[in-house]
Amino acid sequence: MLLLLLGIVLLHIAGLVLLFVSTIVSVWISGETSTSDLWQNCSTISVGSHCDPGSAGEWIQAVQALMILSIIFSCLSLLLFFCQLFTLQKGGRFFLTGTFQILASLFVMSGAIIYTLMSPQWVPDTEAFGYSYILAWVAFPLALISGLIYVILRKRE
Amino acid sequence: MLTFVALASLLLLGIVPEQTEAISIYTGWERHALLGSDVRLSCSFFSWRGTSDDVTFSWTYRPDGSRDSISIFHYTSGQAYVDNKGPFRDRVEFVGNPGKRDGSILIKNLDYNDNGTFTCDAKNPPDIVGRPSSVRLLVFETVPIQAGVITGAIIGVVLGLLVLIVVIYYLMRFLVARRVFSLSVSKHGKKKREGTQARQASSLLSSRKPSPLPPPPLPPLLIRSITPSQTTTHATARVLSHAGAK
Repeated sequence: MLLLLLGIVLLHIAGLVLLFVSTIVSVWISGETSTSDLWQNCSTISVGSHCDPGSAGEWIQAVQALMILSIIFSCLSLLLFFCQLFTLQKGGRFFLTGTFQILASLFVMSGAIIYTLMSPQWVPDTEAFGYSYILAWVAFPLALISGLIYVILRKRE
Repeated sequence: MLTFVALASLLLLGIVPEQTEAISIYTGWERHALLGSDVRLSCSFFSWRGTSDDVTFSWTYRPDGSRDSISIFHYTSGQAYVDNKGPFRDRVEFVGNPGKRDGSILIKNLDYNDNGTFTCDAKNPPDIVGRPSSVRLLVFETVPIQAGVITGAIIGVVLGLLVLIVVIYYLMRFLVARRVFSLSVSKHGKKKREGTQARQASSLLSSRKPSPLPPPPLPPLLIRSITPSQTTTHATARVLSHAGAK
């Protein structure tokens, strides 16, 4: 039982860490000499790297908001899990925790989809997607699976 | 000790009137402007000395991506000298007030080539040590939405909805619980009233039975003589007889 609990919490925290890295590190697009999005565009000139504030288009702001919301909901879900662990009666299901985690995964998914569809508007064709973008896509199924496990799990003592 | 204090005070008195603060120059951080419009670049300074007659302002321009800067404006000895050979030929106008420490310039009819950094350097002799301040000019076809407005709006709306749902949920629970509670109280009230009446009747009939409750506290004179099984009439008779005897 304790092992199961530890595994579930580790899965949740892994998803949360991926979300944090994907949101904070600005490497959604990486070219040969520059990385850009979500917050700043950095280019490595011969002297060193020089960063400018990122473009302020509507779609980038929407993606920023969705990523931040997914982080908030995932953190809330972790908090709720520990609360419900102690207050739920025997045989009850972690519905609230699962709901918040599934909402977080939906936010990441919509953020990644919006970015995929709209980025050709401001990104030249020569540049490829960076690792932050990939981490966002990996965090989505992790969060979804974690949320489903919470919904299915029953509290035992 | 006293000499040390005297020396220290002399030192302080010597230093304070002579302000060694440098001149501070203030411009904006960034200016956004529409293509073809005019933009006012403001520059002002703060100096501990009064504004002298030899105050000078000079503006230099460095295009985006270039390392060289050229001078486009200079004000000295009450005369303003504008660019007459460079990229801002006939487009710069002095709109500042040197007496009020304002050295702002107006650039007319903007073009995309005007994107760059403008640096203002002001000198107020003898206060000439200072750091020039730069403002970045960005020319747009349509002024875009500021960074963070939509982000904040989306986050605020979603979190607000969450808070609203939580509040409504707890309000519903509270209202339903209160309804249920008031219903049960009215039912209980009827039962209680019937119950207490029955209890009173049974206690009157069975007064000889030893009551589980302790008797009310009496003065020490009477405690010896009164036992819990006796009725009230017997107790009062004993009290009267004892009082009479004393």
